[in-house]
Order: sequence, then C-alpha cells, then structure tokens
Amino acid sequence: MTNNGLKDDWELIVGLEVHVELGTRTKLFCGCVNQFGDEPNTNVCPVCLGLPGSLPVVNEKAVTYAMQIGRALNCSVNRSVFARKNYFYPDMPKDYQISQYDQPTNTDGYLELPSGVKIGIERAHIEEDTGKTVHVGSSGRISGSDYSLVDYNRAGVPLIEIVSNPEIRTIEQAKEYVEELRGILLALKVSDAKMEEGSIRVDANVSVRKAGEDELRTRCEIKNVNSLRSLGRAIEYEAKRHIDLYENGESPSQETRHWDEGDGRTRPGRSKEDAEDYRYFQEPDLVPLNPNSQMIEIIDEELPSFPSERRKQLAALTEMEIIEVALIVERGHDDFASATIHAGATPQTVIKYLTNNLSDGFGELSPTAFAALIQMEEQAELTSTQAKKILGKLVEQGGTPKEIADQSGLKAIDTDELENLVDQLIASHPEEWKRFCGGEKKVQGFFVGEIMKSTRGQADGKVINQILNERTTN
Amino acid sequence: MNSIVPDSSFTARSIAENVQSGEWSAVEVLEGYLSQITQHESEINAFNTVLEEEARATARETDKDIAAGKTLGPLAGVPVALKDNLCTNGIRTTAGSRILENWKPPYDATVVQRLSAAGATVIGKTNMDEFAMGSSTENSAFGPTRNPHDLSCVPGGSSGGSAAAVAAGFAPISIGSDTGGSIRQPASLCGVVGVKPTYGSVSRFGLLAFASSLDQIGPFANTVRDAAIVHEVIGGHDPKDSTSISEPFPSFLDDLERGVEGLKVGIISELMGGIDGISPEVIQKTREAASVLSENGALIEEVSIPASLYCLSAYYLIAPAEASSNLSRYDGVRYGLRVSGETLAEMNINTRTEGFGDEVKRRIMLGTYALSAGYFDAYYGKALKVRRLLAENFDEVYSKYDVLLSPTSPCTAFKLGERTADPMTMYVNDVCTIPSNLVGHPAISVPFGSGNDGMPIGVQVLAPPMQEALMYRVASTLESAEK
Amino acid sequence: MTEPISEKEVSHVAHLARLRLSHEELQLFTKQLGAVLEHAKDVEALQLDGVEPMSHPLPMENVTRKDEVHKMLDRDEILDQAPVTEDGRFQVPQILGEQP
Ligand SMILES: [Mg+2]
Ligand SMILES: [Zn+2]
Repeated sequence: MTNNGLKDDWELIVGLEVHVELGTRTKLFCGCVNQFGDEPNTNVCPVCLGLPGSLPVVNEKAVTYAMQIGRALNCSVNRSVFARKNYFYPDMPKDYQISQYDQPTNTDGYLELPSGVKIGIERAHIEEDTGKTVHVGSSGRISGSDYSLVDYNRAGVPLIEIVSNPEIRTIEQAKEYVEELRGILLALKVSDAKMEEGSIRVDANVSVRKAGEDELRTRCEIKNVNSLRSLGRAIEYEAKRHIDLYENGESPSQETRHWDEGDGRTRPGRSKEDAEDYRYFQEPDLVPLNPNSQMIEIIDEELPSFPSERRKQLAALTEMEIIEVALIVERGHDDFASATIHAGATPQTVIKYLTNNLSDGFGELSPTAFAALIQMEEQAELTSTQAKKILGKLVEQGGTPKEIADQSGLKAIDTDELENLVDQLIASHPEEWKRFCGGEKKVQGFFVGEIMKSTRGQADGKVINQILNERTTN
Repeated sequence: MNSIVPDSSFTARSIAENVQSGEWSAVEVLEGYLSQITQHESEINAFNTVLEEEARATARETDKDIAAGKTLGPLAGVPVALKDNLCTNGIRTTAGSRILENWKPPYDATVVQRLSAAGATVIGKTNMDEFAMGSSTENSAFGPTRNPHDLSCVPGGSSGGSAAAVAAGFAPISIGSDTGGSIRQPASLCGVVGVKPTYGSVSRFGLLAFASSLDQIGPFANTVRDAAIVHEVIGGHDPKDSTSISEPFPSFLDDLERGVEGLKVGIISELMGGIDGISPEVIQKTREAASVLSENGALIEEVSIPASLYCLSAYYLIAPAEASSNLSRYDGVRYGLRVSGETLAEMNINTRTEGFGDEVKRRIMLGTYALSAGYFDAYYGKALKVRRLLAENFDEVYSKYDVLLSPTSPCTAFKLGERTADPMTMYVNDVCTIPSNLVGHPAISVPFGSGNDGMPIGVQVLAPPMQEALMYRVASTLESAEK
Repeated sequence: MTEPISEKEVSHVAHLARLRLSHEELQLFTKQLGAVLEHAKDVEALQLDGVEPMSHPLPMENVTRKDEVHKMLDRDEILDQAPVTEDGRFQVPQILGEQP
C-alpha cells in the first residue's frame, strides 16, 4: 500500500472532531421539536431564538445520551460545566454558543477500530447546534452571494462533539473511525447518524511530519466534509499541501479551512484580522451537571454491546479472524449468524452465505431453516446451485428447506446413480475420454455439461468431477 | 369620572382588601393613580410607556370577577409599574435602549404572569438606565427620570423610574431589578422600600439580562409589608429558570411584627467609614438605626467583611464581562433596531454603534477586555476569587450574627448631570450594595430619615441567603421607629 | 508607569464587540476604561493562589427538564419583529468569511 498517496518520508497525523446530532424529541435547552426538514422558523421559541429575557434549561435526555456515548467510548464521565463561546455569527441566535470548555462531561476514552487499533478520545462534550444559513445569489456559495437567509429550526438542537487525539495515521483509519463511531451511535439509538443529512459532521485536524519526528507540526482544521469519500480526499489534499509548503521552505499557518468538494481543494475560512478569541466563561444561566456513581452504574448496565465487542464474539464463535467477520457485524447480521450456528450449521459456511448471498437481509428466512439448508447441502442432499435456489425461496416465503426441495423436486442425484451415468457417458464417447485422460482439461466441461443436461441440473458438479478423476486413475 | 386620589396611606394591602370586599372598584383605584400620572409624569418621566387603556381593561375585568363573587389574589386591583426590562407580551419592552425602541416581546416574564395571576393591574413600563447600567437613570435613551422629592436631583438607578413611580404616587408598588444595587439605591434616594431578594428566589425568566449571575428582580413599595407581599407573589420556584431555588421559603409575613428582641445584628465597619466616600450623615443615620434596634432588644456589634474593600473592583469586572456576552444578541438580525450596512459585519457594527449608549458601550468593551485572551486570569479570574473570599467572610460573620446593617447609598440624591462626566464617580455609588449581589444574599433598603438637604436616606438590612423573613422583620422594626 | 489599557487595545476590543469608535471616542474611552482598570489594580495585586473561583452564587447542580415538547411561537409573530425577512427566514447582508 502507498503511504496515503504521500511521499515516503512523510507521516500523516489526523485528529477528528465529530459533531453528532442527538435524536431527542426536543432541543437541548427548550421544548421545541428537534426535527429535520420542517418549514423554516416554525420549531422556535424565545429560548432557541435567543430572545431577550429567555433562559436555557437542560434537556435531561440529552444529558443521558451524552453520558451513554461517553461510556461507550470508554470515557470517564465527570462533573461538567457549561460555558459560553462568544463570537458573532447570524446563525447563532445569542451570538454565543453554549458549549462545554474546561470541564466537559466525558474525557479520556478510546475507540477500537476493527483492525484492533485504539484511537484515544480526548473529550466528548455537550453543545448546542446553530441555525441554518442559505446564501442567495449567483453562486449559491457564501463567497459571491448577495445576501443570506437564516432559519433557526436547527438552532439549539443537542450535539455531542467527540474529539479524538491526533492518533489517526492513515486515511483508511480516519474512515474506519467514523464508520465505527456510527456503529456505536446506532447501537445506542442516540442519533440517526446520517452523514448526508448532517446529523454527523466531521472536521479533520490535519498535519504532517517527517517519519521519526516526535513533535507535532502546525495543524489545519478542515470543515465542510460531507461524506466519507470527501473526508479521505480532503485529508489527502491538505496533507499534500502541507508537504509542498515544507518542501518549498515554507510552513502552513494554523487556521480553519473549508473543503470545496467541487474544486477538490481546501480554502481558508476567514481573514487573519478576525483571529478567534472566543472569550469562554462559565455559563451563568446554567448550573453544573454532576452525575453520581449510581447514575453511571445504571448507564453501564444498560449499554448495548458494541461492534468491537460483537466482532470479538463472532470471531470466537466461528473461529475466524476478526477482519473476516467485521462485515457481518457492520451489517448488524451477527445475531442471526450466531443463531444459525447454534442451530447446528457450520460457522464458516454461515459466514460465507451471509457475506455473499444475504447482504440485503433475510426476509422470511429463519435461523433454523437456514441451518437445515446448510446441513442438507453439506450432506450432499442438495447441490450448491440447488441450495442457493432454495435459499432465495426461503427468504421470499419462509418455510423449511425440506418442504421447498420436495415441492420443487430439487434433490441431488446420489453418487451411485451418478457413477452409472458417468460410466455410460465414457463408454459412448471414447474419443473425448482419451483426450480427457491425456490431460486436455477443456473436455472436462463437456462431460460435466452432458451429465448436467441429462439430469436437468440435479447433479452436483463437484461430485461429477470427483468421479471423472477417479476413473482416470483406475 | 370617579377617582380615589392616592396618598401614602394607600398600601397595596389596603387596596387589595378594599377591592376584594367591593368597597372600592379596581377602576376607581386605577383612575386615581392615572390622574396622578397625568398631573406629574411630564416633570418626572418615570415611565417609558403608560398602559392607560390596557390597565383600564384589566381593572374592568377585575371588577367583573369580584362582582361575580371570585376571590382574587393578594394584589386584587393593585396597580403595579414594571421596570422596562421585564418582558410583557405584545407590549413594547425597551430596557431604556434605542436598540429595542420598538421591540414587542411575544411572551410575558414569569414575574409578570405571577403579578397578573395575583390580581394586579400593570399600569406602565418604567424608565431605567439603559440595560440597567447606571446609578442615576440618566443613561436612558428616553431621557432622565427626576426625583419626586426634588426635580433637580436624580432618582438613583438603574430602576429609577420604578422608585420614582412609587415615590410620586403613580403606583403603590413597582418592580425593579438589582444587579449591583439597582433597586436598593434608588429606593434609598426616593424614600421608598426596595428589596433585592436572595439570588434564585425570584425567577429571572423574561428579565432582559445585564449580568446573569448577579441580576435579581425585586419590589418597591411604600411599606415593608407591601414589599414582602409582592415578594411572595413574584417569588417561588420556576422551572424556566435553571438558577431558581426549588426549596420553599417560609412566609415573610407571619413574623413581620415580632420585633428584634434577642437578635444579633452586625454593623459592617468597612461601610461605616472604613471605605472613603460614604457621607458622615449617612453613617450617622445608620448608627441611629442601630440604636433603634438596640432599644428594641437586639445586640449590636461592629463586624468586619474585609473583602468588601475589593468588591467594587470585582463587580466592575464580573458584571461587564457577563454583560458583554449577554448583549451580543443585539445584532440587528432577529429583532430590534437594524442600521443597514453593505456586509453583515458592517450592519452589526452600524446597528450596535447607533443603538447603544456610551455607558453600555463602555461596559461591553470593559467586559470584552476582561474576558479576552491574555487578560482573563488577571482580571475576570481574580474577580471570581475575590467573590469567593467575600462569601467566606459573610459565612463567618453569619455564624455569629443574624443580620447585618449598613448604609444603602453613600449619599443622598445628587443633582442631574453632576456625575456623568467621570464613570468612576458614578460607580462608587454601588459600594454598599454590591456585596449582596456578589454573594447572592438578600438585602433591603428602608427609608430612615433625611439628610441636611432634606432628601431621603435609606439604611440597608442584609441577611443570609433565604433568610428574608428575618430581614423583613428587622426592616419592619426600623420602619415603625421612623414613622 | 504604563497605562492600564492602550488605544490599540480599546480599538481591538471594540472590534471584537462589533462597535465603531470615532477618534475622539477612542481617546475618551481609553482614558475612562483606564481609570476603571486602574481601580481594579487592587484586585490584580491580590495574592489569591489556591482560592477557588466563584462563578455563581448558588451551589446548585443537576437542574434539568423532561424531554417534552412545549408550545412553539407563531412564525408570523416572530418575523413581524424582525428588521428584514424573506421566504420565512431572517435576511442578513452579504457575509464575508465562513463561520469560524
Ligand atoms: Mg464545538
Ligand atoms: Zn425553542
């Protein structure tokens, strides 16, 4: 594999900041509906519009979700304090964002990737989302727009910002990290975790350094990355930009940059004079959150099992490698796999079928029917083509493989009968047989094909080959 | 039209009793106050908005309810004036600022809802220093309010309009907000009772924020009892305010006349000459008040609150810091004034530059500076530590004393324009009242005689958090002696 | 002795706070803010190591509300209070620079 498309002596350093919109019924600090896609400015009240005199009150469900995410990411859940992050922007109704600063809810955790690599989580804190701005004018983009229009339906929607350590070393890992995080969020049922709809938003802190260096070099924060694919492209672009600068004797400056999907490049966000000074201070309208150990115990007890754990379980059950079963877990098909295995099917066959033939789901298929089908095939009662045919019917209409095999007359011809058929065929085609025995492999197709024709496909190709080979050595 | 001309013997309590019994009609009571407003408002400018028609409609409703045999709340038919930083649904709420000149909130503040539920009639919105920043009500975008006792003098501030409204007989009670003394100081200067409740005892929901960790809403009244009645009406837990205390308070009224026998009262020595700038006649009056308490059986001793020396500095870092953030939302996008500009930033700047007055700009810049990178620890961070020291000082003193006594304002009402040139000379007006805000404790200012200039002097009773009942009891004793 | 705050700093702070100052105002505000900060030097000079900052007067914790929907505002009513609107949204002039 190439070094992320980078020149060999450079190392890629990535930390990710993932904003997750929580699927609570209401917003973080008010009882307005938390819903995507409604008419603009209809899900608003004095609080989320930042009207003078309004005050925030924390949604308890959002706090529970935050702590669940924290525990799922192996964080310690702390006494936490809300802070104001002050800056002027019209999609922020109060011109400050209520977030957490020096005392976040969750700190010091990690996320385990399917490869077994653990990426440290620095913090996962609670904050409010902003409204949505549309830019009106020729370009549709912020630059060159004539004016902008603001909708505050999203303002105040609860977010968890999950900040990783700069421990991601490849583009592949960055994508895996996001995929894995999605799996955890979905298992927790705290977010619909859709990157395309913006319920997961990823910012990447990118820097590079010479292989062997200990110190981190200047990083840039890349925003506006809307898919896993653009995440990979943006990281690669930015890393190359840094390397080019260094190799020309320059260095990048620390700044926020925006990914432009169309142009395939990043650009600086705002001018230098507007250097950010957020003047964080404790939010005086809210009081600290301080979960007691009992609350955390309850959360721990109710945590579902997560992809990393489930992969390990399935790998152990199947005696396969973690990476071989990762796809099944990612699809959420691992419970079905286990049930089928427990019903008596050979684990590797189950995984093979699930991987190749059941990617779209099981329909009416039950684990017992599935296990029975695998057994029938393994005992040569069905050929693999027949088994696949029956599997399709089981998914469509349910039932047992036996019933379907009987109804549709699907039955592998037994070996004695096949031997007779093969011997007859050899006798009637001495010329072809001679060529076969002489090592001409393509005539094998002729023999198998003829037998298949005469049995109307009820024969097992493997068995035919076996017989043919036996006959040559006799 | 019939009217009952209000005089100082008119209390909220007597009005409510007479209206409830059917002796007086709410409309008659209201007309009395409205005619007082008609006669004198042009000289005093206590109101930004007088709600003549709305108030008449409310009073008529009250009379209808009474006629129908309903029992209304403890403020049945009582006119109340609201500081113009309390949200009133559909009614202009300006906070004394050009930037909100025509803003009509779509909701009522919790205190406004509670006053209405108790039967009160909102008679108008009172003038104030812009966003409650000031001690003279000269920083209003709508002109200064004058002191009813001497029209050449300020009424104090920032709730000067509410204090003057009660002093001028425009309303028997009014509501103000107190961030560093903005109820107590004007109460003192106007010769009325003014209360800053325990932080968290009155909901701030619907109060246009100045400094959120210091702001409290409280009453003005002619009597201590009226103030306590209003406090009970507007107080109590509100789930819309995360800093609202959920534990119930004991009644403020049950023990009001129990006297002070056996109470231990501390006089704060730093505020009795320890800090420069407190006038001797005010200190003298406070000593006389102590004697009254002593004559009534209280034990009086001087106590020290050493951190009070640093309160002014701490306050003028903390309050502007919070204010700088609270006032960011006035950006010309969603409500209020917009002064157009080519770009968003220009529009923001034009709006704020034209919309805010000088004192507001000064405090926004001061607060922005105190919070900014490089200065946070030296200024804001240290101010928060002073606050802690102050709280520890109070805890220690309150382990030995029941309540504390001090002047309210360092001087009697000063002349309009006298202190506007130099902000520091204005800021020192808050020196006696600020400590209670920094620690969140309750305090009351009670009229106690007058100075050589004939202008009112108030003394301040401070109590531990949630000990308002005790505070009102002591204040009531002082009030009886003064009369 | 150095001034507690310079004109340059006041001008930077005014920019952060979205305020414009005329030359005269800049001079005056610098002097006035300087006087307040000069007074605050007593605090700056205090030895306060080990003192826990107090951001809030109440020692309250864990105040939350249930995840329940409340009544929302009527859109026309709120847009009616806005300086400029279009298409059910709040209009703002051209924005230079992305959101930070
Ligand atoms: Mg954030
Ligand atoms: Zn809302």
